Order: sequence, then structure tokens, then C-alpha cells
Amino acid sequence: MPDLSTDTGGIRSPNPFWLASAPPANSGAQIQRAFDAGWGGAVWKTLGTPIQNVSSRFGGHTIGSVRGAGFNNIELITDRPLEVNLREITETKKRWPHNPIIVSLMVETREEWRDIIKRSIDAGADGLELNFGCPHGMCERGMGSAVGQEPAVNERITSWACEFSTVPVLVKLTPNVSDIVPHGMAAKRGGAHGISLINTIKSIIAVDIDRFVPEPRVGSLSTNGGYCGAAVKPIALHMVAALAREPGFGLPISGIGGVRNWRDAVEFMLLGSSTVQVCTEVMLRGYRVVEDMRDGLEEYMRSKGFGRVQDMVGKAVPAFSEWGDLDMNYETVARIDADRCIGCQLCVAACHDGAHQCIHPQEGTRVPRVDESECVGCNLCQIVCPAPGCITMERVDNGHRPATWNDHVSHGAALRPKKGAH
Amino acid sequence: MPARFPAERSETAFTDYKLPLLPAQAAVEAGRCLFCHDAPCITACPTHIDIPQFIRKIAGGNDRGAARTIFESNILGMSCARVCPVEVLCVGACVYNDLDEPPIQIGKLQRHATDRAFEEGWRFFEAGAPTGRRVALVGGGPASLAAAHELRRLGHACTMYERRGFLGGLNTTGIAPHKMKADRSVNEAEWVLAIGGVEMRTGAEVGRDVALADLEREFDAVFVGIGLGADSRAKAPGEDLPGVLGAVEWIERMKLGDAGLSGVRHAVVVGAGNTAMDALRELLALGVPQVTMLYRGTEETMGGYAHEWQAAKEAGARAEWRAVAGAFEGNGRLRRLRCMRVDAARAPVEGSEFALDADLALLAIGQSKLGAALAGLAGITVESGIVRVDAHGFTGRPGWYAGGDCANGGKEVVNAAAEGMAAARAIDRELAAGGGTGRRGATHA
Repeated sequence: MPDLSTDTGGIRSPNPFWLASAPPANSGAQIQRAFDAGWGGAVWKTLGTPIQNVSSRFGGHTIGSVRGAGFNNIELITDRPLEVNLREITETKKRWPHNPIIVSLMVETREEWRDIIKRSIDAGADGLELNFGCPHGMCERGMGSAVGQEPAVNERITSWACEFSTVPVLVKLTPNVSDIVPHGMAAKRGGAHGISLINTIKSIIAVDIDRFVPEPRVGSLSTNGGYCGAAVKPIALHMVAALAREPGFGLPISGIGGVRNWRDAVEFMLLGSSTVQVCTEVMLRGYRVVEDMRDGLEEYMRSKGFGRVQDMVGKAVPAFSEWGDLDMNYETVARIDADRCIGCQLCVAACHDGAHQCIHPQEGTRVPRVDESECVGCNLCQIVCPAPGCITMERVDNGHRPATWNDHVSHGAALRPKKGAH
Repeated sequence: MPARFPAERSETAFTDYKLPLLPAQAAVEAGRCLFCHDAPCITACPTHIDIPQFIRKIAGGNDRGAARTIFESNILGMSCARVCPVEVLCVGACVYNDLDEPPIQIGKLQRHATDRAFEEGWRFFEAGAPTGRRVALVGGGPASLAAAHELRRLGHACTMYERRGFLGGLNTTGIAPHKMKADRSVNEAEWVLAIGGVEMRTGAEVGRDVALADLEREFDAVFVGIGLGADSRAKAPGEDLPGVLGAVEWIERMKLGDAGLSGVRHAVVVGAGNTAMDALRELLALGVPQVTMLYRGTEETMGGYAHEWQAAKEAGARAEWRAVAGAFEGNGRLRRLRCMRVDAARAPVEGSEFALDADLALLAIGQSKLGAALAGLAGITVESGIVRVDAHGFTGRPGWYAGGDCANGGKEVVNAAAEGMAAARAIDRELAAGGGTGRRGATHA
């Protein structure tokens, strides 16, 4: 049986599924129920000087009939007294000694960091997560993403935390930057044992088109919130992979952003995450979503022959390359399996209006025809096709040797003739 | 003008067989639509409603736009949503059928948008600028209503002749009440004619009260949509006994008044077309304990839709296949049918006689054709009682058009709507080109 246990920067966990620092990890009672349901670890909702929240706080992005495909919030860090949180951390650790509690922290001054780190560790924290990510409310007070967007500040505060801490320190990064790498490197220079990313993305989730006010609405006003949920996964995967492949980085990564199920988790792991953190899916459906995450991961590892989670972490990172290194002479064309085609002709509309006008209706049949001499192999038809296995992208042997753009520029490697460029 | 039907009609006992979608259900169902290119459902619809487009509008919360799309192609889209055999039209053509997924419930989505249009009183169309041309519409059923509406959009003055005191034709008197009730059809006709400019002559039967020749003198064009006539008779002894009725006649009685089923223990429906299917289900729903269909062919050759027969069977109908009624017997009232089996060539099988005790027999073996009324007009061809027309409803006599059951032999409401619309456009083209009946002095044979 595959071993699901993980080690992220020295934080050991019975499985790679952690609750992210967020409403589902707001209290001891919640986190204990989550551990009951099978979660491996939990990042306690950020401690600091307790704040006061507004109502409402959340906004949902419904796509078709899928509610909450994207999600945002304008909630701040914990609003509970510090003593209560610390007491509950201790109680929870007593009952669940093998499930790591990582305490998320956000304060301002060096003294405050020293004090809260000591108290968190005294309460039983197995690790700390520095919240340098929150893109609303706290950043306007000089914390959260205001720290994460400034590598020098990030490095300085990380170094304080590492100086004061006796447990591993993770730095949680904000995606609200043009390039994540300098920020990950700053955390590393500050001495972090690992990083968590991504925090939420600065966003306006929707506009109330009757009231002319963005959402979520607080009276007659709204503000920007942090975007998360399934819709942000592609952004998160890219940022995780960008750090994972960065030479000289090498820190463990706890991946966050749109993990709904085991498959999403596997993708994060293959791009370099040793654990994943989940918030939105739990907010939408509750703690018991973890059962399939664990089962599914275990089945996947069994099917691929991975004995330990670490065996698969980063497995797809080498294949994440630069555009200039892609083989320009690799050629595919779309093929339609007439037996599987249901005649919807979505491919015709997509190719005609959105691609290179190479899929055409035919007389006497609903099955369209691909003009392979014009097909650029873009994939659009395959993406829109609702019939499983109907459209495949087939490799064409065009007789040209592999050649990248970089090869072409540096030493004139021959590229195949362009298709569809007329 | 609208007839007020009695509140206590037999048809009011029926509830909808296909339940309407709740708004949330409509949104989910609409969201499933693939938005096919050159969609097969559009081709399958006789009125070619842009189905993917109206469904997309429902999915996006634009019910008003959806209704406009539907009515643009079929002004009778509200009743068609309820009465169309979608299983063999749009829904039957949905590509999901080939994907082993449930097809989109197009009829229910159309009902969602069009019912809403009725409830909210949405109107989308206005009469066109007057052309000074006058068109007569003979008959007040779906074909004439669709034609009149389109003619008014094109600016032609219309006069509609309807022999009854109410509009809607068979859509009012013949639709199975688990699909739609009579008053809704009448309301729809009023909604259609609210475009204005259609002069009504109800209670006027052309040929009896108004001469066809007079129409030709008064109007630039004539559209004939007179439907079908009385139920065909079985030509068997005893069919004049009380208790033996035409099915269309009985259905109308049930819809507009009392079905007269008191004391009926066993009803036999002769025939297996869609009128028979409706009658079977209606008799069972109204509490007749035993209902039998008598048909000279087999399940494979029956004219009724398979889905309708399935529903009738589920409701409790049974069938006597390859059987015909030889005689209707009873002392002053039907008590028994003398029946016999027939072979594949429909020849009686010797020694196969059997009797069915029954107190009601409905003859659903067709309706008479009324085309003969036009047979005297040069240029118009009537074959087996059906008026021959081209794809645009043109009869061959300048200015004369026909559509609906009198020209297609008896099809669906949606066919009548399509034919009325097509004829209206053809009339407009003919008049624009200087043609027509010659009211203004143009000469023709």
C-alpha cells in the first residue's frame, strides 16, 4: 500500500492534505472535526491582533450551473482572542498529536513577531506559516501582500521569524506579483524551511447589475477581495512550477490554489508540491471531501507504482520548459473518428470562427472533414468536442528533424514550412 | 368574440403529463445544451426555430430574448411547446441521443420561455406599414393564424373566416388535455391576433355563407386553412347506434363539455393513429376501467407514435392487433362489437370471429377531406380531397394558397404553423410582383 505520509520542510504529516489558513481552520473544534474526517494537517487561521470583519464577506463566481467555480473573500485574519486560539491549539494537539498544526501568523514589528512565535510554539505549533499574501484589508495596514510584494521586507521578516522559531517556518507568498521567483528566493535568503503558494488573487468577483455595486456588497460599497477556488488552479500551478524549476531554489513547497480533488492534488505534486492546502472546496462542500482526495491519490500512486509521495513530487517539472526550447518541427493534425462523432459540429464552428478554418461540413453526413493540409494542430476542436475519444491529435511524420526556435536563432536550424499562415 | 367554455368541462380533470420546468431546472437544462453548429434540432423543427440560440438565452437568464427567438419563427410557439411530438422532432434529433446522454428537453425549455411571455404579457411584433392589399384567410386554425400574423407584419390587411364561434381549430378542439386545454389555445389565438388589423368573421362558413367567387372579387389573395372534416365511418352494420362515435367528435365533446362517460365500463377505440392514442389515454384518465384498441395491423405498422402508445400502455390500454370490427350490436345502444382477425394482407381469417362487450366505441380511422370545396376553381388541383400546393403553399391559381391539414392531409400543429408562415411570405412576394387574384383588374384564366 502506498505511503501517503509527507515531510514538508521538516513538518511531518500522515497525508499531504492540509486545511489552508482560512475559515475552515478558524477554531479547534473545526480542525478536530477535520482531523476526524481524515485531513493530514491544518494551517490555523492567521493569528495576529484580532480584527473586526464586515458583512457580507464572500462572493461566488458561478459558471453555467457550477456555483463557486471561482470564489473571493474580503475577510481578514482571525477575529478571535489570541488566548482562545492558543488554548485550542494546545487542546487540539493533545487529541491529535500526529497531525501537524501549522500556525499562520501576521503581525508588524520584530517584537510582535518574537512574542507571537514564542506563544504559538509554546501552545504546540508544529510549524509556522508567515502570511505574506493576504491581498485585501491587511495589506493596506502594511501587512500581508504588502510584505510579499517587497522581497527585501519579506526577507527581513522571514529572517526574524527563523531567528525566533524552533519549528519549521513556511512563507506563504502572494500571486499578486509579475514574477514569483524573486519572492521565493527572498524567503529562502531569509532562512525559510519551505514556502506555501498561492495566496489569493486581487479581484472583483462580480458586479450587481441592478444596484451598480460590485460584490460582495457591504451596504452601498464593495472592495477588492482575494480570488480563489477551482478557477485559479492554472495560475497556482504555474507559480508552483516556476519556483520548483528555479535552479538554486530547492525549498519544499506546499501547493495551494483550486485543489478540488485528488487529481488536482496530483498535478500540484508533479509540479513540485509535497503537500497541498485546501480551503474553497471545503467551504463549499465540507471536510468530508478529503476522503476521495486520499483514496484517489492512493489509487493513483498504486497505478503508477509510487511507494511514497516524495517519489512523485516534481516528476513533471523537467517537462516544464521555455517556449524557445519547444520542437517547432513537431507536427500534429486533428483526426475525427466518424464512429464516435455525434454530429454536433462544435468543431466546425470553433475551427471556422476561432482557429484556422480547416474543419468543414460534408454533404450527406453530419461528420465533418479535417483538411489536414491546413490543420495547424491547435487542439481547439478536441477541446470543444463533447464525444469522448472522437477527436485525436495525431502526430504527422513530416520528415523534418527536431528544431527549436532557439536552435533556429542560434545556428539556423531548419524549420518546417508554416501551416495556415496565409 | 372569444367563446367562454364551461368551467366544468371533462378536460379540466386533466393535469399536465409533462410537467413544466421550474426556473432553476430550466437554467440547468439550458446549460446542458451543446449549442451545435447547424444544429439538427433546427432542421427537425418544421418552423426551423433557432433552438440552440433560444436555449442559450434561457441559460443566460434572457427569457424575453428566448421567447422572441421562438416567436420569430413560430408565432404558435407557446402551444407547439406543449403539443409538438418533440420525441420525433427536435428532441429526437438532439445529438445527445448519440452520446448515451438524455437529450435536451427542448419542448419544456420552449414552454418555459413562451409561458413566461404569456404570463408577463410580452409582445414582440407590430403590423407593417399598410400595403393596401387585402388577404382572406379561410379557417381560423393554426395555419391561418400563423399566416395572418405574418401577413400583418408585412402590412397586408386580413379578413379571417371561421365557421365556429371561436378560433384555434383543432388546436382548440382536438389537443389531448394532458398537453393543452381548449381555453389556452383560444387565448393564444387572441394573443396572436392582437397584432391588429385582422377582421374577424366567425360563424361564417365559406361555401355556405360566403361564396368562394366573392372572395376572389374582394381580396388580392386567399389562404385556405380549413383543416379536415368529420370522422370517417367504419362502414359496418350498427355504427349508427348510440355509443358509437367518431373519435375527433368525442374528443371535442370531452374538451368543450361533458365526455358522456357515465356508466361506461369498456370502451373500444378503433384505429391506431395518434387520434386513437389520445383517445385511449383520455378514456383511461377519465376513469373508464377497461380500454381496448382494435387495429387491423400490428405494433410495427401502427400510425401512432411509439412514445404515445407506450404511454397509453402504461396507463392501462390493451390492444387487439390484426382485428377489425365487423358489426356494432346492441338494443338501442351499443353493447357489443363483433370482431374478426385479419391476415397481413388484411383479409379476414376464417373462424377468427370474436366479440368484445363494450358500451362505447370511438372510430379513429381518419377524417374526411374538405378539398372538394375548391375543386371548382380552375388551376387548383384536389387529389383524394387534399389540396395540392407547392413548398410555399401555392395552389397553382394566382393568389390562392393553402396550408395545414387540408393541404398536408393531417399533420401536427407545427406543420400548419410552418405552412401558414411560408404561404404568407409567398403571398407577399406574389403581391409585390403585381400578382394575386386579380381583384385590381389583373387578368388571368
